[in-house]
Amino acid sequence: MAIWIEEDAKVLVQGITGKQGMFHADKMVEYGTNIVGGCTPGKGGKTVELQGNPYPVWNSMFEAIQATDADATVIYVPPPFAAEAIMEAADAFDTVKGEGVVVCITEGIPTLDMVKAVAFVENRPGVRLIGPNCPGIITPGDNGGAKIGIMPGHIHAKGRIGIVSKSGTLTYEAVAQTMSIDEGQSTCVGIGGDPVNGTGFIECLAAFQADPQTAAIVMIGEIGGNAEQEAAAWAAENVTKPIVGFVAGATAPPGKRMGHAGAIISGGKGTAEEKFEAFEAAGIACAKDPSELGAVLLESLKAAGLR
Amino acid sequence: MNIHEYQGKALLKAHGVPVPEGVHCTSVEDALNAYDSLGSKVVAVKSQIHAGGRGKGTLFNPTSRDHVMDGGVKIAFSKDEVKTYATNILGNLLVTIQTGDEGKVVNNLYIEAGCDIAHEYYLAILVDRENKAVLIMASTEGGMDIEHVAETTPEKIHKISVDPNAGLLGYQKRDLGLDLGLQGTALKSFMKSLTSMYNMFLNNDCAMVEINPLVKTGDDQIVALDAKISFDENAEFRHKTWDELRDLSEEEDVEIRAKETGLSYVKLDGNIGCLVNGAGLAMATMDVIKLYGGEPANFLDVGGGANEEQVKTAFSIILEDPNVKGILVNIFGGIMRCDIIARGVIAATEALSLDVPLVVRLAGTNVDEGKAILAASELNIHPADDLAEGAQRIVELIGGVA
Repeated sequence: MAIWIEEDAKVLVQGITGKQGMFHADKMVEYGTNIVGGCTPGKGGKTVELQGNPYPVWNSMFEAIQATDADATVIYVPPPFAAEAIMEAADAFDTVKGEGVVVCITEGIPTLDMVKAVAFVENRPGVRLIGPNCPGIITPGDNGGAKIGIMPGHIHAKGRIGIVSKSGTLTYEAVAQTMSIDEGQSTCVGIGGDPVNGTGFIECLAAFQADPQTAAIVMIGEIGGNAEQEAAAWAAENVTKPIVGFVAGATAPPGKRMGHAGAIISGGKGTAEEKFEAFEAAGIACAKDPSELGAVLLESLKAAGLR
Repeated sequence: MNIHEYQGKALLKAHGVPVPEGVHCTSVEDALNAYDSLGSKVVAVKSQIHAGGRGKGTLFNPTSRDHVMDGGVKIAFSKDEVKTYATNILGNLLVTIQTGDEGKVVNNLYIEAGCDIAHEYYLAILVDRENKAVLIMASTEGGMDIEHVAETTPEKIHKISVDPNAGLLGYQKRDLGLDLGLQGTALKSFMKSLTSMYNMFLNNDCAMVEINPLVKTGDDQIVALDAKISFDENAEFRHKTWDELRDLSEEEDVEIRAKETGLSYVKLDGNIGCLVNGAGLAMATMDVIKLYGGEPANFLDVGGGANEEQVKTAFSIILEDPNVKGILVNIFGGIMRCDIIARGVIAATEALSLDVPLVVRLAGTNVDEGKAILAASELNIHPADDLAEGAQRIVELIGGVA
């Protein structure tokens, strides 16, 4: 099973002829992702070579989805054009097949562009947006799998732990921690560190709860906002699987932007302390140090009779 | 990116929001001329710095730290008073609740015509991350600390959320005005000003607009008496004028240089420098250093695809801080290869003749190659296998708990 992305999902790449797009498309093919082509306006009809094989390029997402029946798209379009790329993909998936997953990797999209794009996507209930400013989503398979994004594929293995995180490299850290106790991953979702994004923690928790492959969940938060607190409160009522959590930014000074646009504490709201407390109140087992995530997860699995 | 009040008011005025007449000054002479040209007997003499709490702040001599004057915003009733206040403010250090003890040197002054105030309100426009929409927040408790109002009398804060598909609607503006107790001419003036402020917010890609106070005058006009405006830096590419509005003296020189090299750096007060890839992992690294009894000297994210040169720049920026007694490098290589980081670390330590302890934790892509490169070097580099080990090691090496 896994969530949202099956290991053989058909994937398009928006911005496939650009430097970033081509580099990562190649890495995705190398991992085993079923890339079916890409989209770059003005370059339709051409092909790009990935891992020695030619892949078709279309001018528009409508054409690309009609031709390939793609399940998902991943966006490597520069910030000025990224919100429009999200909306084009959402419109095309909605019109052509009524559903689809849009993964946006791009960092640095203006917030007001995202307000518009998220509202646009929400008007198309069959379409799911993941990101922006995120590492993407990966469902490791028996043989390769679906890696849709920029994460290093080789650190993953198919398994039963679902991972959801705002941060990129911290997600990799969490993956490595599951591997350190001989557990693989069902699906890992990077929801991104921007203030306005698509899929949030709660949707991920709900999907992991419903997914038979997932036995336990690792949730990694960050300072800023109150998405973690809301997710914790929701999980207390709705999630029966063990959850292990960590929140980055306990030492971040208030009012400073820490790399991620969302990682800023204003006026004492959204501190790591508040979030850890919310996690603990919801029965989420917390690691105060990401290097302990593996040990805490192992304890939780044992307590649930899963090890 | 923050701008000064006088710049914010110019933007508001350009969009049709009423603001008092005012003149931006950089010298006492300017201020005196401004007083004459405004033709108002009563004027406000306002320090221009990128921090709140100016009115309740204190001015000090920047070298001797001697007390100069209480209050960074003064009401002057004569030209002589303008002279006194301008002299006391310009070139001196203003310490407010938001600047920290180091304060900020005031280089800019705003002289503004007095205003006949009947009531003070609070108004803010910002992006609400929970609702993923623009939020407008207003209160009858103007001139006060809004966080205090939110805590003690939350019923006095009124909010409207703007549907991105529909935009700001007439009934929302009217309801908000009525919530503030406005009627007749004042209500009309409020609705018109609110439309203009909302348009300014959108047109300028603002992150936040805060007007505290927004006032009702004796003749029922709504006027913006203060303006705290910040822009969303992600939108800089479509705003060519931001370069002119940017006051570089308000930003940390080293943070600007880091940004130019594609690094994200924030200076902190501790003594362990950190060099990390990824914002979340960089924050986690700081947290773990603290967990094991150390204090991080900085946040530094080298990004997803740093090269040797950037790693070198990152080291030199960390070492500029005289408090740094040791450095922890924490890299989880995804796109970034550990062998490249290892070469960058060696090049940097050689070029900068590093003399503080260095702990390097590498994981991910090409980790074995990276570790081999570090092990083969003659340099005094301590390897670590995970973050906890790395943090413990660097705290030990600088002589224990800070």
